[in-house]
Order: sequence, then C-alpha cells, then structure tokens
Amino acid sequence: MIHSLFLINCSGDIFLEKHWKSVVSQSVCDYFFEAQEKAADVENVPPVISTPHHYLISIYRDKLFFVSVIQTEVPPLFVIEFLHRVADTFQDYFGECSEAAIKDNVVIVYELLEEMLDNGFPLATESNILKELIKPPTILRSVVNSITGSSNVGDTLPTGQLSNIPWRRAGVKYTNNEAYFDVVEEIDAIIDKSGSTVFAEIQGVIDACIKLSGMPDLSLSFMNPRLLDDVSFHPCIRFKRWESERVLSFIPPDGNFRLISYRVSSQNLVAIPVYVKHCISFKENSACGRFDITIGPKQNMGKTIEGITVTVHMPKVVLNMNLTPTQGSYTFDPVTKKVLTWDVGKITPQKLPSLKGLVNLQSGAPKPEENPSLNIQFKIQQLAISGLKVNRLDMYGEKYKPFKGVKYVTKAGKFQVRT
Amino acid sequence: MSAAPAYSEDKGGAGGPGEPEYGHDPASGGIFSSDYKRHDDLKEMLDTNKDSLKLEAMKRIVAMIARGKNASDLFPAVVKNVACKNIEVKKLVYVYLVRYAEEQQDLALLSISTFQRGLKDPNQLIRASALRVLSSIRVPIIVPIMMLAIKEAASDMSPYVRKTAAHAIPKLYSLDSDQKDQLIEVIEKLLADKTTLVAGSVVMAFEEVCPERIDLIHKNYRKLCNLLIDVEEWGQVVIISMLTRYARTQFLSPNQNESLLEENPEKAFYGSEEDEVKGPGPEEAAATALPARKPYVMDPDHRLLLRNTKPLLQSRSAAVVMAVAQLYFHLAPKAEVGVIAKALVRLLRSHSEVQYVVLQNVATMSIKRRGMFEPYLKSFYIRSTDPTQIKILKLEVLTNLANETNIPTVLREFQTYIRSMDKDFVAATIQAIGRCATNIGRVRDTCLNGLVQLLSNRDELVVAESVVVIKKLLQMQPAQHGEIIKHLAKLTDNIQVPMARASILWLIGEYCEHVPRIAPDVLRKMAKSFTAEEDIVKLQVINLAAKLYLTNSKQTKLLTQYVLSLAKYDQNYDIRDRARFTRQLIVPSEQGGALSRHAKKLFLAPKPAPVLESSFKDRDHFQLGSLSHLLNAKATGYQELPDWPEEAPDPSVRNVEEEDLSLIETHMGLLGEYTEVPEWTKCSNREKRKEKEKPFYSDSEGESGPTESADSNPESDSESDSKSSSESSSGDSSSESDDEDEEKGRSSESEQSEEEGKRKKMKKRKTVAEGHREGSSSDEGSDSSSSSSESEVTSESEEEQVESTSWRRKTPPSSKSAPAAKEISLLDLEDFTPPSVQAVSPPTIVSTSLATDLEGLTLTDSSLVPSLLSPVPGVGRQELLHRVAGEGLAVEYAFSRQPFPGDPHMVSVHIHFSNSSENPIKGLRVGTPKLPAGISIQEFPEIESLAPGESTTAVMGINFCDSTQAANFQLCTQTRQFYVCIQPPVGELMAPVFMSENEFKKEQGKLTGMNEITEKLTLPDTCRNDHIVVQKVTTTANLGRVPCGTSDEYRFAGRTLTSGSLVLLTLDARPAGAAQLTVNSEKMVIGTMLVKDVVQALTQ
Repeated sequence: MIHSLFLINCSGDIFLEKHWKSVVSQSVCDYFFEAQEKAADVENVPPVISTPHHYLISIYRDKLFFVSVIQTEVPPLFVIEFLHRVADTFQDYFGECSEAAIKDNVVIVYELLEEMLDNGFPLATESNILKELIKPPTILRSVVNSITGSSNVGDTLPTGQLSNIPWRRAGVKYTNNEAYFDVVEEIDAIIDKSGSTVFAEIQGVIDACIKLSGMPDLSLSFMNPRLLDDVSFHPCIRFKRWESERVLSFIPPDGNFRLISYRVSSQNLVAIPVYVKHCISFKENSACGRFDITIGPKQNMGKTIEGITVTVHMPKVVLNMNLTPTQGSYTFDPVTKKVLTWDVGKITPQKLPSLKGLVNLQSGAPKPEENPSLNIQFKIQQLAISGLKVNRLDMYGEKYKPFKGVKYVTKAGKFQVRT
Repeated sequence: MSAAPAYSEDKGGAGGPGEPEYGHDPASGGIFSSDYKRHDDLKEMLDTNKDSLKLEAMKRIVAMIARGKNASDLFPAVVKNVACKNIEVKKLVYVYLVRYAEEQQDLALLSISTFQRGLKDPNQLIRASALRVLSSIRVPIIVPIMMLAIKEAASDMSPYVRKTAAHAIPKLYSLDSDQKDQLIEVIEKLLADKTTLVAGSVVMAFEEVCPERIDLIHKNYRKLCNLLIDVEEWGQVVIISMLTRYARTQFLSPNQNESLLEENPEKAFYGSEEDEVKGPGPEEAAATALPARKPYVMDPDHRLLLRNTKPLLQSRSAAVVMAVAQLYFHLAPKAEVGVIAKALVRLLRSHSEVQYVVLQNVATMSIKRRGMFEPYLKSFYIRSTDPTQIKILKLEVLTNLANETNIPTVLREFQTYIRSMDKDFVAATIQAIGRCATNIGRVRDTCLNGLVQLLSNRDELVVAESVVVIKKLLQMQPAQHGEIIKHLAKLTDNIQVPMARASILWLIGEYCEHVPRIAPDVLRKMAKSFTAEEDIVKLQVINLAAKLYLTNSKQTKLLTQYVLSLAKYDQNYDIRDRARFTRQLIVPSEQGGALSRHAKKLFLAPKPAPVLESSFKDRDHFQLGSLSHLLNAKATGYQELPDWPEEAPDPSVRNVEEEDLSLIETHMGLLGEYTEVPEWTKCSNREKRKEKEKPFYSDSEGESGPTESADSNPESDSESDSKSSSESSSGDSSSESDDEDEEKGRSSESEQSEEEGKRKKMKKRKTVAEGHREGSSSDEGSDSSSSSSESEVTSESEEEQVESTSWRRKTPPSSKSAPAAKEISLLDLEDFTPPSVQAVSPPTIVSTSLATDLEGLTLTDSSLVPSLLSPVPGVGRQELLHRVAGEGLAVEYAFSRQPFPGDPHMVSVHIHFSNSSENPIKGLRVGTPKLPAGISIQEFPEIESLAPGESTTAVMGINFCDSTQAANFQLCTQTRQFYVCIQPPVGELMAPVFMSENEFKKEQGKLTGMNEITEKLTLPDTCRNDHIVVQKVTTTANLGRVPCGTSDEYRFAGRTLTSGSLVLLTLDARPAGAAQLTVNSEKMVIGTMLVKDVVQALTQ
C-alpha cells in the first residue's frame, strides 16, 4: 500500500524520508514539485498525482507537505486519512506539527512511523497504543533517561493491541478523576448581498478530555438527542445503544479525543447571531472607493458575541486602505495577499462597531467587478447555538466519583457574507 | 541546508532539489577526511559496551537515514548490535537493518540467527517484532526461513503475532511469487481466524496475493460481515472493498427488475424496509422478503452485508465512510442508495484533500443517481475561500444536480460566481451554464441572454469563454439568433483569445446566410490580419473564406483567393494542407470537377449540435472510491468490478457447519453485549425493540397494506415518530415544524396512499360525528401531516397526538367568514381536498408549467430586486408588480387577516389585479412556485380574462411555516411570466386567540426565560391613549386583545399559524410615556421580530 513517505517544507526541501518497502529515490518528488509549480497556490496542488511508475498522494498540513508514494491501487482516502492521522500523532506528541519539531525529534518520528505502518499497511494508529510503545518526549524524561539509561521504548505489548478496545490503555491511574466535555459548534453560512441566508448549517463536535482511572464505562445523554441525526462517532461508541436509546455509551480512551461530530443542517434551526451592514463601492474611472461595514448582533440568545474578526480578501487593484474603526484595530497587507483584517472584539449593542474609510485603487486599472466577500469569525461562550444540551453523564464499572464538566461554545465556521 | 561535509554522505543522484549535486558515487563517499573521522567516531561508539553511547550513535545514524543520507558503510558496525539488550538500541538497529539489508545481503545474513531466536521468545511483542523484521529484510536467500516462520506464526497463541504473520505474507510474496501456493494455504488458515485483530490484515494479504481466489471467502463471508464493525478502521476499508467485489460475483443485481421498481418505488422501498426490520436470520429474512408480487428476492447474505455496513456510515474515518458509500452504490437496491448521501455530504467539512476525493466521487454518483443529492444542493454552494480545484468540482456537482425544478436557484447562484475574482473558476462557471442550458431546454434562452450580456464583460477570458459556450448553444437553434451572431461579429475587433476568435469565425461561416452583409466584411478584416493570427484562427479563416465563396462568391471571390494564397505559404503545414485542400474543393477546375460540384454539401452540411457532457459521465465503471476512479485510468493492481451474474451461484457455499457464530471470540465481557452480538440475537433484539416502541407501526401494516406505510421514511425510527407526538405537546415547536417539513416532502411522494388514507378517515369521522369545528380542524391537521392521518386510523396511541394537533390548530372564532368556510369544507370534502393536493405539486405538474416560468429569470441583478422589498407592516396594500414592469398589469396584495378557507395554517393574501394596458390579459394564474422548505402556496383559481381598465381580486393562501421567508412564485399570463415575491411582516404570521386574564397569566408564566423578550420604550405624546395604542399594536400584529384589570397594561394574545405556538404581548405603560413591552413566545425568532416591529409602530 503505502510505499514511502516524504516530508517537504514550504521552500521545497525534503527533510525527512521513510520507506516501508524498498527504497524509492527522492527524485520521484520532482513530479510533485512540477505539479506544485503549476498549481501556483499550495491549496491547489492536486492531492493525487500520477507519475510513470508511481502515484503520489499528498496532503498539506501546517505548512508541510506529506507526500506518500503508492505503487498499486489503493483507495485514495485511505492514504489521505492515514497521512492526516500521522500529522495528528505528531501534533499530539510534540505539541505542534512543524518542521522544527519533527527535526528535533527525528528519532521518535522514525520510531512512530515504524510502528504505524508495516509493509505499507497501518499497524497501530491509536494514540493510546502508540504512547505505550513510544513515550512522548518530556524534559523530565530525557533527564531521567540520560541518568538511568532507561529508554523511551516500551518492551511489552500494549494492552490495547490485544483487547477489543484498542483505544484504551490498561492500568490508568489518576488521583483526581475528571471528565470534561466541550460542545463546540461552528456555524457555516453563506449570507447573500441582501442579508438573507443562502445556506446555513451547524457543524458541531464534542471533544472530551477524560482522566479517569481503571476501565470506566460512561454514558452521556442529551436533553434533545433528536437534534443529532447526522453524526459520526469515535469507534469507542456503542452504535446499537445509540440507535435504540439515543444515549452515547462508551469506554473512553485515556486523554483528549473527539467523541462525536455532528451536523445540524435544517436551515430553520440555524440561528445567525450577527448581521453585517456593508457598503463597498469602487468608483469607475477614479482611483478610490468607499468601504463601510457595520456589525450588529442578531438572535444571540442574550449572550455576548466576542472575538469578532473580519477578514476580507481585497481585489488585486487595491493599493491601500485608509479606514477608521470605531472599535478594535485593523491591518491591511497591501503587498502580497491584499488581506484586510479587522479585529473587532466584543459587540456592545449600544454602539455597534463599524469600519469606514477610503480605498485607494491603482489608477488606470479597471474597477473590480465583484465586491470582496467578508469572512467573519466570532465566538459565543456558554451557548450551543443548535440548542443541544447534555443531560447527564453516568459512570459504571468504577467505584470512585468523578468530577464532571461540560462547556459550550459557539463559533463561526466558514461564515461568509457576500457583498 | 546543512553544512558542507554533510554533502559527502549524499548518495549520488539522490540529492533533493536545491541541493547542489556533486557527482560522486557511494564508493567515493569517504574521500573527505572529515567524513572518515565522523563515521569512525560513530563506529567507536557502537563498539563500546555502554548502552547510552550506542544509543546516541544509533540515533545519529537514524537521523542520517531520515534525511536520506547514505549510512551503508556502517553496516558491519551496526549489525553487531542486533542482539543488544537495550530495547531502544535494538529497535533502531532493526530500522537500520531493514533499510540497508537489500544492499548488503551477505552481511545481513549475520543477523538472521538473532531473529530466529526471537521467534521463540516467550514475550509476544518480541516474537512479533522479530517476525516483522525478518520478513522485511529483502534477501531472497532467506525465503525458506521466512516461509517457515510465517507458517509457525500463523498458528501462534497470540493474535498479535498472527496479525504480524498476515502482514508478512505480502512481503514474502513480493520477494518470491513462487511461494504463492503455500502462502494461499496460510491465508486460508488465517481467514478462518475469528479475531478482529487479524481479520483486516489477512484480507489485505488476500487482496495482494490471491484476489482471484474468491472461493476462499465463502466460508468466512458471514463471519467477516459480523466482525466488520469491530475491526479497526483500516481493516474495515479493505474488507468492505473486497466484499463489494465478492457480492458482485455471488448475488443477483437488486435492480434487475428496474422498470418495475421505477414504476413503483414506494413498494420496493417498503420491501427492503421490511427486510431490515424483520430479517431475523437468513432463512426467515428470505421468507419475509418474498411477497408474492416480487420476482426478485434478495439473498439474505446480500442483505446481511448491507445491514452490517450501514452503521459504518457514521464512522469518524472518511475512508470507511467512502468505502461503505461505494458498497451501497454498487450493491444496494436503488431505493436504498440514498442513505449514503448524507454521510458523504458530511465529509465535505473535512480536510480539503478529503473534499477533493469525495467530490470526485459525488460527481460520478450524481450523474447516475441525481435524486440522491438533490436535497443537499446547498451543501455544494461555493465559498470564495475554497481552493480552485474544489470550486470546480463543486460546480461540476451543482451542474449535475440542476434540473427543471431547481434551475432558477442554481442559475442565481451561478450568477454570483460569475463575478468572482478567480478567473479559472469564472470560466468553469460559464461552461457550467452552457451545460445547464443544453440539458434543460427551458432555460436555454435565459442562459443564452445571460451569456450574451457577459460578452460586454471587461475580462477577456470571460468573454472568450462565453463566446465558446455561446457558439455551442447557437448550434442548437441558429435561425433565431441572427442578432447574437452579429453581436459576436463585432467582437472580432477586440477579442484576442484565439479560441474565441476561432469560434466566432466558425459561427459566422456556418450561419453566413443569417448575416449576409456582415460576413464578407469580417472576412475582409481577417484577411488583413491573417498573418498575425494564431494557427487555430487561421484554419477558421480559411473555413470562413471557403463557405463564403460557396454562398456569396461575387463579393468574396478575391478575398478568398487572397486568403488561400497567404495560407499556401504559411509556416504551419496543417494550414498549408488545408489551403490546398480547400482550393481544390471549391475552385472549379478540370480535374476536381466532381468534388467541387458537391462542395457546398461538404462545407455547409447540417452539423449535429455538440453534446455538453460531464467529464464524469462514464467513470462509474471503475469501482468508486478507488484510485483508478479518481485518475480515470486503470491503476496497477486494480481489480475490475465484475458484472452481476445472470444466475445466482449456489448460496449454500456460505453455510458454515455447526460452528456457532455466537461463539466467535468472547471479547471483553463489558463490551460483549453491544459490540459483538451474534447475528440472530442482534436481530431479534432489534425486532423486539421495534415492536415495543412502535406497536402501531406493525398494526398499520396489517390493516392498510404496504402502500399505506410506504411513505414512512426508511430511517424514520420508531422513536422519532413517537417523540414528535409527545414533544409537540410539550412545546418543542421549532424542531417540530421541521418534522412537518419532512413529512410534507414525504407526503408528496406517496400522494395516492395519502389520499386513500384520508378518505378512509373521512368515513370514520362521519360516524364519530363530532362538533363541526373539532372535526374540521383535525381534518386539516391530517392534510399537512400524513403520518398523523395514517396513525389515527390505526392506533390508539396516536390519538393523543391528533388531539393535541387539533388543539393547536383550532382557529379562533375571530372573523365572520371562518365558520362558513369550515362548514363548506366539512360538507363538501371532495371539493376542497383536490386543490390542497395540488399544492404539494407532483412532479408532472411542475414540468408543464415550468417552461414558461423560467423565462422570467434573467442573469442580471434585477431578479434579486424583489427579494429586497421590505414590507411595511400593516394591513394596507402593497405592490407586487408595478404597472410598468408588468406591461400594463398592476398587482397589489394585502393581508386580509381572515382565516384562509381550506387550511388554517395559511395566511390569506388578497391579490388585487388591475389591467391598465389596452389589451385584455388572459389566463392569469400562479406558476409553479419554487419555495423554501416548509412554505406552501394555495393558488388562486385562474382568472380567465381581465379586460382593459378592469380590476379584480383573488385570494390565495400561503403557509409561511412561521418564518418571514419570502414566498417566491411566478405570476403567469398567457404571454408573460413575472417573478414576484411576498414577504410577510411577522405580525401577519399569527391569528388572535381569546383568553381570560388568568389564562394569560398562566401561559405567560410558562414562557419565561429564553422565551421572554423585553424592551423598554418611550411612547410619544400622540400615542398615549388607549384607543391609539391598541390600534397600533393590532395593526402591526394580528393579535387579539385580552381583557385586563389594570388600566395601564395592555395584553394581546395570538397563535402562530403553522405551529400554533402562543404569542403573548404585554405593554406596560407607565406615566410620562415610559413603557415596557414584553413578548412571550416559544418562537424566539418571531418574538424578537415582533418586539422590533411593535416598538417601531408605537414610537413613530
């Protein structure tokens, strides 16, 4: 299946290679560079490239390209999913998935890759198992290791590998037993010129941080589980139980993981918490234009909307912008990407934040045909916009009383206002 | 990059780009003294006794390997440490060994004995890793040793070691394919393994070594299906894809009697649903799936596979979801494939690479099964931040999904895209419009007009692309478009893109009869610039010249000769050839006489219009989700997806002798109950559950036959039904209305059965003989929700729901016309039901009237204007269509606030038509509306004719579904269509209710917290007396006044029309004009908007 893996940074250096079958020369990456050049933008590099003898399947994550070499038919999503899993594992181990972190920990990276794939077929990809096989680096451990000569590599088979719940390691012990759930909902929306909603849906996830000793068996129930009709589950969740009782019943992995992700797409249910008034115009035959946007709250369920940021990709002909915000600060990058970013902060309904001013255009160039669309970010604490509410969390199988917590956050996902 | 000495370690030719390549080979790698030193020092470290030094050295070496540097000369020093006690050193030595063993085979043999020892170690991890490394060393001499080790490991106690053995099989096979027969034996053995751990790996080995040995799967088929859900994700993907192929060889096509299915999709649906519900064991399932009418019976094993893979659609892994999706696409009966759409759409939120792959597959699927993705049309809308490759794929999907009903929405969306800054994307959009225009004949003219407008676009690429597409469209109906051709001819002066120029020239040549004056002039201009043109344009100039010569030789003879002479000496041989060929053909000469007589036929033969097709059209012969499908070319090792067999092979081969499946792997006790239930227990559990929760369901089946329950959604689990009934009374109205939407969608599908049910019910009701109002209102309830009608007939448990609906939907006796209307509806049921059925618009009606509707749509901004109208609240008339825009027809509308006869959920709207033109307007009616979810329209009866100067009024009903979304529809006359929209002020979405003060207070007490919205305001002087306040509030909102003890408080109450939620409004006026307005309603959105409107009305 997966033959080799090359890690390539933004400037085109291959800084790590790993082969699971016989060695494939680095020169195979030339096809990739060719495609990259053609695509101009990193986002547009096709994920699957066909070369005379191999197929290259790549992903772009955190400014790095993970390029895998394939020789025979394999579902492309299989490889893409695996590469993302590799990147997730790096993130998990080193706190970031960057060139520096990988170079600093190259030995651990190599050991990880060795465990994750055998002869190109995934072997152990669960973080709980990997962490038993190869311990994540910590400063304390490296000091201890250098004194005692002990190693980072476990010498027994991880318990998870053999059990039917490979995601959880055995013998977990905590003094404080805690279970936290974060309900995070993102609103994806397209709002058209006139302010009406073209498309809106909620993308929600429940991320869990479970620090419980032993083998706890949890069940999480909701006040309104009917909202969840399009859900994807972590493998630990018992599907039958969900089907019959609408209760999430599971033995959790140890640590942080994503329990479920769900989608609420029925438009009637999606409340749009902000509105934007905008007036962006470019005058014909004069080198300037007007830019005026105001943001206000709408259907915010009585919560404050905070962390508002507006990002606008201005047309290429825009030279500079002279704007005055009533609140927050703005930056405009006139040279490379022509991106206007306005960091608004909180909305106070008494005085709605606005950003007004003039746009300088390149003289002589024709005025842009389309007004740029506004990408909006915001955050509402303590609110799940879909109305999803956790009812209760019960634990079976262990005697102690855990500390339980649920947090709700609503954010803007891909929230775009067409102007 | 790194420091200079590092280069010397580079293997020649392997250097990355940007790294200067020193042309040295590995042998000369040690020329630099510094290099010697460094490796010496590593060797020394490896030779010491200290583990920490060894580890340090190994880490440095592994770092070198990772960077792709050659460390092969250290082989002897490293391999010595293979038996090192330190486990980390050992592992790193393994890494080194696997990397270099192939290059240094003799030395590698030194390590073999260590591994052989390792294979006997009591620790399973060490046994497994020894086998892993041993099988990864690619040295042919040790093949026999490997074979032996694999065989032994295949019967190891530890499933982990067995898994490793399964992994080793393809390794050995790739090293020496002669071992195939022996390896197949091992695979056969491992396939019988009952642990989930091994299953994925061994199927992987099977796929690589002997995918053709499908017979090995027979005995393991049911086991694999049952284990599937517990196998790790990677294994699932491989198993599912293998089982897809297996099923294609072993079962019959579920769609073989396709025509029958298409006639009656509900029935097929029903049949499969029943399979799912009942299917307790293979035998019984077969029995239940055998209704007398159906000639096709799905093999129970086929059903087992479909059933067991379905839950995996909810896997977190995109690869698994895709695998199941392709399985359903290739194996499931047509009616069931739909379930995968939702899951695939969900994947669109994932990483852009995942999106890319998923969209490619969706594009292919959407050609074959368009209906499946239609409900998710909006999920494919494009954001300006999407990468271009994603945009283009989404566009492809949107184009595939476009049909007669949704084309206006799609085109409006395209209109936005055309103004994008991303020019590649704009070009693709124009192509997409072209495709829509060819596929959907009714919008062809609209699209063509839109494209013509684009010709004046500033961007040349846009213009060029439009020209190319226009050319294709014109070919379909050239006669009517002389104007456009003229317009295009003018463009030749400005447009520089060769493809566009060539297209224009071809058009002019082809249709020179339509532009007899312009054509020669264009040729004159082109002759002038001939030498400077691109090749493709030159060829078309020759073409044009030839055609003109044939039709109009008087004017163009000289020009043609001039062009041909120029072409004769062109640099490009194609052009020279073409010129020579053309000259021979058209210019009569002695030898070529025979041909030139027919020249006109040759050049001006009618040519078939090009068919614009999706590039994804025939991709579905590749297995979806595969690499080959993505590349649209067969990848190495691709296994063709076989066609269904004509005759089903013997199903008994899958029978397993008395080895009870329930004994499979007793897993961790805790989980066993849920994750590893043997087949029949699972099913019977399921059945019990269904029975327990939905007693009425089975009842209804028994009583009213399959057609009745056919409209129940495949996924409409028992709980969703029963819950909706219980929760609607507890007041979760927002989600409830959503349910109703769904039901409505369904009801249109199965109109017949619904009506049938309705009639039955009518009879029943007559015998019950309840009070007039009671009867009629619950009746109407059944109109809008088919499920309630169905359940009422059959079960008692549902009675409660009906009761609650009737309670909610009871309209207040506020207006005089209401009782009369109801009387009619009760007495004369047959009269009022048909129109309400029509409102659900079955597809046949759609297509007939749509033809005309769409012409009103243009690609300019103007079509957006109606939706911008923000209505002023009040009962006064508002303009729907201006006299000028309507070509003499002026239309106004007003909310009458009278209950709409026939359906109390509808707002009745009075439409006032007046004809100020000089001709009578005939056939005024509503075109088929394209409405947002939930909104429905009851059209007014067609107005036959409206004489000049006359005016008339009609009443129509609109169910806004408790939202202020605009209802867009078309007003059609015999000759024209107008695109209009009515947006209701929030106050019109409710009807007054009468209640006492106490009742009011009680209800208000229930609607606090989130449901209460309060606003402070100051009443202006003009607005301080009772009468005015009440008047202003009631003008703004259709609410009824509630009597009130205190003088300064005003109370109003109403219910929203669709869901019947209470809306309570309290105005607390204090002295000096300060006032507080409170609205209590569970419909928070309505509450908020209402507060806004009322405050505005009061303070103005």
